[in-house]
Amino acid sequence: MSAVLQKLVNQPYKHGFVTEIESDIAPKGLNEDIIRLISSKKEEPEWLLEFRLKAYEQWLKMEEPRWPNVKYPKIDFQSISYYAAPKQKKKLNSMDEVDPELLRTFEKLGVPMHERAALAGVAVDVIFDSVSVATTYKQKLAEVGIIFCSISEAVHEHPDLVKQYLGTVVPVGDNYYAALNSAVFTDGTFCFIPKGVKCPMDLATYFRINTEESGQFERTLIIGAEGSSVSYLEGCTAPKFDTNQLHAAVVELVALDNADIKYSTVQNWYAGDENGMGGIYNFVTKRGLAKGVNSRISWTQVETGSAITWKYPSCILQGENSVGEFYSVAVTNNYQQADTGTKMVHIGKNTRSTIVSKGISAGHSNNSYRGLVRIAPTATGARNYSQCDSMLIGDKCGAHTFPYIQVRNQEAKVEHEASTSKIGEDQLFYFAQRGIGSEEAVSMIINGFCKDVFQQLPMEFAVEATKLLGFKLEGSVG
Amino acid sequence: MIYQDSKTLLEIRGLRATVNGIEILKGIDLTVKFGEVHAIMGTNGSGKSTLAKVLAGHDAYQVTGGSVAFEGNDLFDLKPEERARAGVFLAFQYPVEIPGVANSHFLRLAYNTVQAQRGKDELDPLEFDDLVREKMKLLDMNPDFLDRGVNEGFSGGEKKRNEILQMALLEPRLAILDETDSGLDIDALRIVTKGVNRLANKDNAIILVTHYQRLLNYIVPDYVHVMEAGRIIKTGDKELALDLENRGYDWVGAEQRAAVEA
Repeated sequence: MSAVLQKLVNQPYKHGFVTEIESDIAPKGLNEDIIRLISSKKEEPEWLLEFRLKAYEQWLKMEEPRWPNVKYPKIDFQSISYYAAPKQKKKLNSMDEVDPELLRTFEKLGVPMHERAALAGVAVDVIFDSVSVATTYKQKLAEVGIIFCSISEAVHEHPDLVKQYLGTVVPVGDNYYAALNSAVFTDGTFCFIPKGVKCPMDLATYFRINTEESGQFERTLIIGAEGSSVSYLEGCTAPKFDTNQLHAAVVELVALDNADIKYSTVQNWYAGDENGMGGIYNFVTKRGLAKGVNSRISWTQVETGSAITWKYPSCILQGENSVGEFYSVAVTNNYQQADTGTKMVHIGKNTRSTIVSKGISAGHSNNSYRGLVRIAPTATGARNYSQCDSMLIGDKCGAHTFPYIQVRNQEAKVEHEASTSKIGEDQLFYFAQRGIGSEEAVSMIINGFCKDVFQQLPMEFAVEATKLLGFKLEGSVG
Repeated sequence: MIYQDSKTLLEIRGLRATVNGIEILKGIDLTVKFGEVHAIMGTNGSGKSTLAKVLAGHDAYQVTGGSVAFEGNDLFDLKPEERARAGVFLAFQYPVEIPGVANSHFLRLAYNTVQAQRGKDELDPLEFDDLVREKMKLLDMNPDFLDRGVNEGFSGGEKKRNEILQMALLEPRLAILDETDSGLDIDALRIVTKGVNRLANKDNAIILVTHYQRLLNYIVPDYVHVMEAGRIIKTGDKELALDLENRGYDWVGAEQRAAVEA
């Protein structure tokens, strides 16, 4: 690979600072007592403790999945701390009571809170290590009946809703990491959009892992009642450590009749250094249930960070005429590994799904798309369109595609297109011959390649994603 | 056109270059003055296209000897993009496709980069749109091509027109057209060459790299150079091109060898 390409991919990680803040950390290790400790710290009701213990019991019997196309040493689950919270003296009533050091951290990260949130028109929930520290705009949202708060709070304030839906899309024993999350999840976001309400602003959560040797296990639950709609965004960062941190989240979405949930992620966890040291293991289960007729669930993700990403935001299309969408850009550089994609399970009649996946690999990285399209016998008239494109930068990286297609209904229509391209010396020379330097050329080529996905993102996120990709790939072209 | 007292734009002296360790250019001498049109002809593998790419700065070619002065400055001090900004333009024989990058975006960025270098105003998308549409009329191009990816799915003829459109926008000092006639039908050839002729003036110069005399019926050269095995072995006027058309290339080489032996 030429020197320009190399230079272009290697931009320092700018979120790699640690905040000096007093934390309440649980002893390392996982056992029933730790789970009880987490549950009691959070003053949880008995049913939730049972939920956790049931998950833990299942987890003990399960094996770590080995099928993803990623390699890493065996994780010692006993060396992880399962609870880390910034110490605070009392429950916070307003943003003004939040530790100023924390606020400064989020300012550094560019998280819009306070008036900045007002200007941006985005309601934000912020999760620091394991605990939700601030939710903006709660009052205003409550006026239209929208519940937007941390999941711990929802457990106390809206226990019936949480109890009704938690674990219904991703059951406690769904997979190894989902079971682990169900046992030890600490916080996350809860969102309920009532019947007929179109959420007046984008909702956002920012996640931050701050403590070395702690895991982050957040749990997000979003319910769109009949005829409602919401656009939800999440952003993730973490400091630089030489060790690996585990992030095993579960996200569940439920869309009832005519409901529309759009979920966008810009994931920029620390990816490790240029030799593959450190970085986040991002093992995440995200699934949406398009339960009602004409409901729609749309996932958009820009995955640039993490040492390893293992994640398949999926849609179960149960309601008639329901729609599932997955738009993804996954970028890997240096020694990053990503095995990501989606599952579209068509159950209802005339269900439709679209998959657009763009993988970009640079350095020594490996980037795999893995996707399942399943058409059940009941899904008459179902349609799927999948498009998987890979782009290679340099000659030491890999791009892989693993599409699984299972069609059990004669009247379904499934289309799959795939392509692999390479940013070539000749393309860069062509740009140069028109006066355009290689950095700008690469950024243009990549943005062109990702255009179909970026245009699905809300405006601010699209700008951020474009910048992020530029940073990410800086120095990778020679 | 040859102008009296015209200054030298490009001065090539003893230029040698290799690709993958194999010497392709074995000592090229060529002087191009403002206003002139030079045709470089020769058989496949004679080194014509290599000369074009070496001048533009393609990094697959290593310069192993000689010098090139562009407006009195050492061309090899400049990176490829700096040469382009200084006014060296190469119309590619095989323009690459850049999927997903809109032509309009690409053209504007190239235009503004070169404008900035010349200390002139950059154009916003609307202003640029007016300019580019006007230039496209010159080349009889369909406006919908602005929204397509750079050369993406273009026919051979469309790609060549796009090259000349870029030449029209960037207004280079030195335009090197590498086999611009290949792949063009007679109508397209007429349109493209008409475009080139309108761009030629006393403040620039053109080097046409071509295999066939056909192109030179449309763009009349002041000088014709014949290349063989990495050297210019004969220089003449436009009549030489006609001779080549009638008699082929062999006699030039034979004549030159006879001259050397004599």
